[in-house]
Amino acid sequence: MLLKLIEYIGALIEGPIEGVGRIMVLFYSVLKWLFRPPFEIRNIFKQMLEIGVKSLPVVLITAVFTGMVLALQSYTGFKRFGAEGLVGSVVALSMTRELGPVLTALIVTGRAGAAIAAELGTMRVTEQIDALETLATNPVKYLVVPRFLSGTIMLPALTVVTDIVGIIGGYFVTVILFGVSSRAYLRTTWDYLEVEDIYNGLIKACFFGASFALVSCYKGFYTKGGAEGVGQATTGAVVVSSMTILVSDYFLSAWLFK
Amino acid sequence: MIELKDVYKSFSGKDVLCGANLKVERGESVVVIGGSGSGKSVLLKHIIGLLKPDKGTVIVDSTDLSQINEDGLNEIRKKFGMLFQSAALFDSMKVWENVGFGLKRHTHLADSEIKEIAVRKLKMVGLVDVEEVMPSELSGGMRKRVGLARAIAMEPEILLYDEPTTGLDPIMADAINDLIIKMREELNVTSVAITHDMKSAYKIADTIAMLYNGVIIAKGTPDEIKNTSDPVVKQFIEGSAEGPIVLEGIKK
Ligand SMILES: Nc1ncnc2c1ncn2[C@@H]1O[C@H](COP(=O)(O)OP(=O)(O)OP(=O)(O)O)[C@@H](O)[C@H]1O
Ligand SMILES: [Mg+2]
Repeated sequence: MLLKLIEYIGALIEGPIEGVGRIMVLFYSVLKWLFRPPFEIRNIFKQMLEIGVKSLPVVLITAVFTGMVLALQSYTGFKRFGAEGLVGSVVALSMTRELGPVLTALIVTGRAGAAIAAELGTMRVTEQIDALETLATNPVKYLVVPRFLSGTIMLPALTVVTDIVGIIGGYFVTVILFGVSSRAYLRTTWDYLEVEDIYNGLIKACFFGASFALVSCYKGFYTKGGAEGVGQATTGAVVVSSMTILVSDYFLSAWLFK
Repeated sequence: MIELKDVYKSFSGKDVLCGANLKVERGESVVVIGGSGSGKSVLLKHIIGLLKPDKGTVIVDSTDLSQINEDGLNEIRKKFGMLFQSAALFDSMKVWENVGFGLKRHTHLADSEIKEIAVRKLKMVGLVDVEEVMPSELSGGMRKRVGLARAIAMEPEILLYDEPTTGLDPIMADAINDLIIKMREELNVTSVAITHDMKSAYKIADTIAMLYNGVIIAKGTPDEIKNTSDPVVKQFIEGSAEGPIVLEGIKK
């Protein structure tokens, strides 16, 4: 009975543990190829366009509405105890420290992470990855490294945009809709915001970018079993990346914002 | 020279190769025949190191593939051209970029020169005016031929063809057979081809080898194979449902 239970638990965790091991192996080979010329400049730019530039519209909409709703909620809420003057700080701190990196990461994962897993997964099941190898081209260097690099670079870049646009959204609601003076809003924004808030947020974004790209590449790269497998890889990439982002966010925040 | 020595391979408990031996001399053209699902594609993928044997060795030009690192393997792979059974074209690239992929990666040629070569190779496989098309817009047989053009683009020493004529009409199939013969005669390539098409096998092979139950059970010149007394080989080349080979699940 007990043995059965242990066996059952073993079987249950075997998959994830094996997965973590194989992601680490992939990560190691990404690092190994990352610094070896020739660099895949063309592929890297293409992926930066795919992951970064093409995510810009959704990121902008998310950012502006997040900033707006933050301002709306904190204005009406803080009014109860006369603290509506702090709305600017609330928006600025929440955006830079937390919502900027996390929301951007989740949105980009939903878009680009799914696309990466689906593309690499399709390439795997249609033997295109094997074909790359027969053409003496290392698929990790050719496919995974550019995506990993673009994720790691573009996520902080998009987060900067989110931070700024979020603060503008908050400004719009507070100043234009609620009639708080523009100077008061901007002062509270700058007074409590420190440079660390911004760059610690960007460090988080960097980490999220690296992890969603790695997880999505891993899911796609090791896809098995036709169209159904590609579907599973895609969902798996989004679910696992999002979980990784949300869980690591807590620990990163605890470590960075002491 | 290519040599497979006692190669074993199984996938999640299912034995596919069980001690396969095959030797291909330089300049020789070997055709591997065998039933559907008998492991012919798996055998071919071992030769170029896409699959690693569970047991046994694969030797290419006196190098044991299991003894070299990634870079060494890539150097060896530059000698190869491979046509996949499913063509395996890169669907994010135009036809000419597919054909010129190896040239782009491993030579310093300008794009215009690569394109020129690609167009020439496409012509060799009977395709014109397709260079700007995306692979998804091609028919199955056309994709196969683009795959063939990609395999020969680098003028490799060794060519691996996985069912080069499947999906082509009989006239085109014969033209591809001629092309395979021409590749050997003019460039002295060593080749291993898989086919179900006995007519094509007799035409292009110096040696025919039959894979059955995970081993090479027979090997000989086309004439020897034609006049074989082995009942398994005989049944296969005559394409008869009666004989020692039983098709599981299909009962009369
Ligand atoms: N990557 C793989 N993972 C698991 N099983 C595989 C894999 N590749 C091949 N197999 C199995 O190995 C067996 C032989 O496959 P293979 O593709 O070599 O057959 P084949 O002789 O080429 O058949 P066909 O003539 O139909 O192309 C099949 O049962 C297949 O399911
Ligand atoms: Mg096959």
